[in-house]
Amino acid sequence: MIGALELGLIYGVMALGVYLTFRVLNFPDLTVDGSFTTGAATAAALIGAGVNPVLATLAGGGAGVIAGIITGVLYTKGHIDGLLAGILTMIALWSVNLRIMGKANFPLLRAETVFTPLKDGGLLGTWAGIGIILVGVIILKLIVDWFLSTNLGLSIQATGDNGPMIRSFGVSTDFTAILTLAISNGLVALCGALVAQYQGFADISMGVGLILVGLASVILGQAVLGQRFIWVATFAVLFGAVLYRLIIFFAMRAGLDPNDMKLVTAVLVIAALLLPRWGFLKKIPSLKDRGNRARSKDSPAEPAVALTAGVGVVGAEEAEESSGGAAGAGRE
Amino acid sequence: MLNIDKISKTFFAGTVNERRALVDLSLHLAEGDFVTIIGSNGAGKSTLLNAIAGRYTVDTGTLEIAGRKVNKLQEYQRAKYVGRVFQDPMAGTAPNLTIEQNLALALRRGKRRGLGPSLGQKQRERFRAELESLELGLENRLSAKVGLLSGGQRQALSLLMAGFTHPSILLLDEHTAALDPQRAALVTDLTERIVAQGGLTTLMVTHNMEQALRLGNRLIMMHEGRIVFQATAEEKKDLTVPLLLEEFSKIKGASFDDRALLA
Repeated sequence: MIGALELGLIYGVMALGVYLTFRVLNFPDLTVDGSFTTGAATAAALIGAGVNPVLATLAGGGAGVIAGIITGVLYTKGHIDGLLAGILTMIALWSVNLRIMGKANFPLLRAETVFTPLKDGGLLGTWAGIGIILVGVIILKLIVDWFLSTNLGLSIQATGDNGPMIRSFGVSTDFTAILTLAISNGLVALCGALVAQYQGFADISMGVGLILVGLASVILGQAVLGQRFIWVATFAVLFGAVLYRLIIFFAMRAGLDPNDMKLVTAVLVIAALLLPRWGFLKKIPSLKDRGNRARSKDSPAEPAVALTAGVGVVGAEEAEESSGGAAGAGRE
Repeated sequence: MLNIDKISKTFFAGTVNERRALVDLSLHLAEGDFVTIIGSNGAGKSTLLNAIAGRYTVDTGTLEIAGRKVNKLQEYQRAKYVGRVFQDPMAGTAPNLTIEQNLALALRRGKRRGLGPSLGQKQRERFRAELESLELGLENRLSAKVGLLSGGQRQALSLLMAGFTHPSILLLDEHTAALDPQRAALVTDLTERIVAQGGLTTLMVTHNMEQALRLGNRLIMMHEGRIVFQATAEEKKDLTVPLLLEEFSKIKGASFDDRALLA
């Protein structure tokens, strides 16, 4: 249970990244499946070579930034469809990741990692450990909140909301799209680097299907807590990431196989997308009710948003089939 | 303020669908000119505005705004000089952002957008004052999402956002056409006020001849990518809708005769 909470918070970093592309930029980015492993592979290889774990973790994040830039350039300058651009980078990264690690699985069992101090202090697996990780993740969330409130961040929000409009006010939407993809994949790769150190190894297939985990976190969290303000939306994303891990934890405890988790994840995302549309959540008095009910009544834009969300998820599932079939059992 | 010298734009050149949207068109606007543009569908009015704004690049000719050649500048780079309001009331604002966020975006037209805060007390006070001038009560709804506003309110806000940073040229593309008559009248009044207050150099496309005659100090009529009729400030005073219609049918008839001859 405590392990699920820890893992959920760490995966919250990835969910923040997915939130930036999926919700803010309105771009279903499948690069995530590849860049997560890239972050893990880079950090693991560097730690294996004796580099300071903090530096190695940051380098992992940096590798994700590069992956995001590649998808962004393919999409904006190459005019390649967003879904396809992400798939192309993701597939190419599979080979790159193997090159970085030199093998399909890179163990870090006895190496010093960013979690070693926590482990040595006996904090990992305790509520104090969760508290420390929570503080780190909240700081990251606050940075994302702050960034989105700056002039640059606001122009990114506008790019996702009405691109032609913000171009007519002098913003290069190519630049904002590339920047968002870079930051998003940087966060995802940073998360990959942390997960590899947490679980003690990097594995070539650890990112397979990850986009669905990200979407599940974003959609679940925001279905419960809403997204009326940015700070609520980012908090909901972290909440969703933890909630997702807990659901997986209880599904396993109920006797499901780790290999069933991809199906569970897909069903979760579908349920989180469809139930609010059928008015299911409206019957439960919650924060979301107060935040979003007025909006969905007045704003005709709402169904369209839900529709694009559906498209993104369909694409994600297809991609998972095509790349993940060969990989077999994933991270769980 | 705006110098257009012999610009041409052909779509689908060299195919059976070839369409010459602009043909050697020249137009000069002095600072403070307010020109209304009329013409039938497909006359090239919107293409002209898109060419000025940089959404389309022209094939030949030069475009100069405020003394600077802008042919090679992309749309977002020209935004520094060009303010725009579109026909679609949904096009000019970001629906999921608040009124104050939309205004903050507009306020930084053509400026660098860095890591400074996008909203502060000073901006909010200015926004409140600007919104009061619209007389729509929006000054009390700064943190409401723009998607909640009506079409007329959104178009009024778009107009404010396009004009309040004093762009070198303001382009209005049938911006009242999608509104009901009452809202259209309101937005038209507002247009007059904002243009007059800012002394903005303005190009306005309209299908409404009465509006074209009432607003602005000059009028041009376009047909098949050319300017076929111009009225200066003096001439415009004596123009009436019937006179314009007569002029219009003369031109249409002439081009029909040409075609008939060629056939």
